Amino acid sequence: MSLLQVKEVNHSYDSKKLFKWKEPLNKVLSNISFSIEEGTCLGLLGTSGAGKSTLGKVILGIQRPQQGQVLFQGYDIYNSDKHTQRKLRRDLQVVFQDSYSSVNPRMTAERIISEPLENYEKLSISEKRRKVISLLERVGLSEKDLKKYPHQFSGGQLQRINIARAISLKPKLIVLDESVSSLDMVTQRLILDLLRELKDDFGLSYLFITHDIKAAFSISDSLGVLEKGELIEFYHSKDHFFSSENPVVKQMRNSILVEHPRFRHFRPRSGVTNKESCQNI
Amino acid sequence: MIAKTRILVKSQKVIVLSSLLLFMLFFITIFAPWLAPNDPTAVNLLHKLYPPSLNYPLGTDHLGRCTLSRILYGARVSLGFATLIFISALSIGLIIGLIAGFKGGWVDQVLMRFADGVMAFPSLLLVLGLVGIWGAGLKQVVLALIFVQWVYYARIIRGVVLSLKEQNYITAAKISGSSQWRIMMSHIIPNILPPLAVMGTLEMGWAIMHLSSMSFLGLGVQPPTPEWGAMIHEGKSYIRTNPSLMLYPGLMIMLVVVTFNLLGESLSERFGIKRRS
Amino acid sequence: MDQNILNVRDLHVQVKTKDGLSTLVQDINFGIEKGKVLGLVGESGSGKTVTSMSILQLLDRKNMKIEGSITLNGQELNGLKNKEMRAIRGKDIAFIMQNPMNAFTPVFTIGHQFIETIRSHTSLNKKQAKKLAIEVMQNVNLPDPAKLLRNYPFQLSGGMLQRVMIAMATCLHPSIIIADEPTTALDLHNQLLVLRLLDKIRSEYGTSILLISHDLGVIAEMADDVIVMKHGRIVEKANVFQLFDHPQHEYTKKLLNTRPTLQVEQQPITHML
Repeated sequence: MSLLQVKEVNHSYDSKKLFKWKEPLNKVLSNISFSIEEGTCLGLLGTSGAGKSTLGKVILGIQRPQQGQVLFQGYDIYNSDKHTQRKLRRDLQVVFQDSYSSVNPRMTAERIISEPLENYEKLSISEKRRKVISLLERVGLSEKDLKKYPHQFSGGQLQRINIARAISLKPKLIVLDESVSSLDMVTQRLILDLLRELKDDFGLSYLFITHDIKAAFSISDSLGVLEKGELIEFYHSKDHFFSSENPVVKQMRNSILVEHPRFRHFRPRSGVTNKESCQNI
Repeated sequence: MIAKTRILVKSQKVIVLSSLLLFMLFFITIFAPWLAPNDPTAVNLLHKLYPPSLNYPLGTDHLGRCTLSRILYGARVSLGFATLIFISALSIGLIIGLIAGFKGGWVDQVLMRFADGVMAFPSLLLVLGLVGIWGAGLKQVVLALIFVQWVYYARIIRGVVLSLKEQNYITAAKISGSSQWRIMMSHIIPNILPPLAVMGTLEMGWAIMHLSSMSFLGLGVQPPTPEWGAMIHEGKSYIRTNPSLMLYPGLMIMLVVVTFNLLGESLSERFGIKRRS
Repeated sequence: MDQNILNVRDLHVQVKTKDGLSTLVQDINFGIEKGKVLGLVGESGSGKTVTSMSILQLLDRKNMKIEGSITLNGQELNGLKNKEMRAIRGKDIAFIMQNPMNAFTPVFTIGHQFIETIRSHTSLNKKQAKKLAIEVMQNVNLPDPAKLLRNYPFQLSGGMLQRVMIAMATCLHPSIIIADEPTTALDLHNQLLVLRLLDKIRSEYGTSILLISHDLGVIAEMADDVIVMKHGRIVEKANVFQLFDHPQHEYTKKLLNTRPTLQVEQQPITHML
């Protein structure tokens, strides 16, 4: 049985206008079905406005879809009793794109990370502190950072705190909603390395939502492509992305900027000749 | 420690000064019976309209009562009831604002349309109207002022709650398994406090002004209780012969209101908060 | 040396803090030739933006100490009065920032802002300015310019807005464009469109470009020469091919190693292109 199964999810936003019948429904997700196996990472690619974030919310259980089911560990997360829901919630965590707005500016790192622990585990103060310290160390920070406030951290460090909070309850699945997209290359790389390590250590599964093909590629096992609310492609092995004939995928592929000047799209490709060549793809 | 305090005083001059002044005023409010040289309500017609002397540092009024004592006791009424209005209006506003912001939907609609209704009237006019219905008296004026004021708190708090609800960290808290109550207590309330502090100080000045205005019109505090607005009212018959009877309580009202406003302004600057226009 | 459009010599920027002066960037030396693209790479906080801001003289002079010489076409910019600098900004130096939404006022139409910008630097009248705007927009392949000019900023997508911004930046034929993370907020397809546009302007008008980015892909695509910055200093300066094939400095090597394994496996690349 798959860890997470999304079955024929449809969703459209109500327009908040008074005269509802005048506004056509805004379809954001149509007929989305896929599954994530335990211990794997599914990369979900899509341009802005493709419905990625809505799908993330649906899976996190904070946006009930109008149609369809989301099964997590075999239970429907929207139609099960309170007790099961609470248990499922524990195994399903999130890391958002904007690390600054994901933490309360008036809380110390310690309080931020211990919030989920306080909700689910009865720990003494010293046990809790020890656990928070070990989590901080696990994500590459240290005991010194316990009492710091969010504004004293850089974006990358804060994202580490968000990750520490997400793994504090040893969840099964973490939704990474553009989690590395606003970081610079070096930091992005370090965070991706950390995520990969954690995945192996804890047997985590990820849903990696992003528009960044390179980032998705470096961490995912399988890949899905979301376009205008539809899951147009799904590859169990990410390498099939490069052999797909789908025009949307082709365009995505052609837009990748390979990080070496030999693979330029339109500037001269060799260092010696200096002729202007504006060739098209 | 001393160096730190010095830096604080230097960088937050206005805040420190106005807080000190307000602290002194509250001190007077509490210790008025020990500070006042005379009984504020003791009538002595033989000593009426005395100029300042050792016995009566600020002279006496038309009934021979000590002006200084009346001003000190008047601070009790003005500041005390303003604080009462402030706390009650704040509590009501806080609860209603939180409910409206959190629940949303029709609850929010009903509460906010009611608040709009209250806000549609000029506040002084509404207070006058309510006192007109309920009859003159301190209790009625205080109730009317609370009734007018809570809507402003409710509005602001609802707004803050609505904007906070969109923050990722609230979503993250939900996903971390936090209950509504916990989210409210540890994420929403601490973020509401700064705007509330700013608003509270500004509204305290407002409450004192209106309380005094009502008493001046003879609708609030009834004689012989000393109150600044009422003292101005009583002194106005002697404006030609003894203008000081109006001057002193007037100055006190000005001092308190200006101090509260200054404090509120500098707090809002400090926290970077826009106040209501 | 003299054919350089822009020269930066011994740039040293310090900020005043409670505990005295703190250095943001130091020993910055570089020049850009006509029609060339100079890439500026570095992590966040490495001083890339401070460098570009000091060229534009947009740093707060009250709290900053800016030393060194910045010359544009032989004219010294450092220490220029605000009024003189305003005449240069927009006309001789154009600036393209990361988030195009912030560059436009939401309450006016694009056309209004476009035409105002042209008119503040030239003696054209409204009609001529509008004609010029439409011409430039056609030239950068923006569809239906006349209609675009009537739109408000929020009606356009980020990629579209960034292209309008580039059109605006280039219509007065500046000698140099400073582009600070011009594509970071855009998705891949739009990124490519914007970069191609910049390159077109470069080859047609001979405009020099200072391209600031943390994205090695963008740098590899566009730059002729690359400067690598770290902690406010230049650690390596080289031709783009030289830099990617034979990095000298340890930090550059580390930076290049952060690239995803995508192109290390030669296989996928060949069928990617």
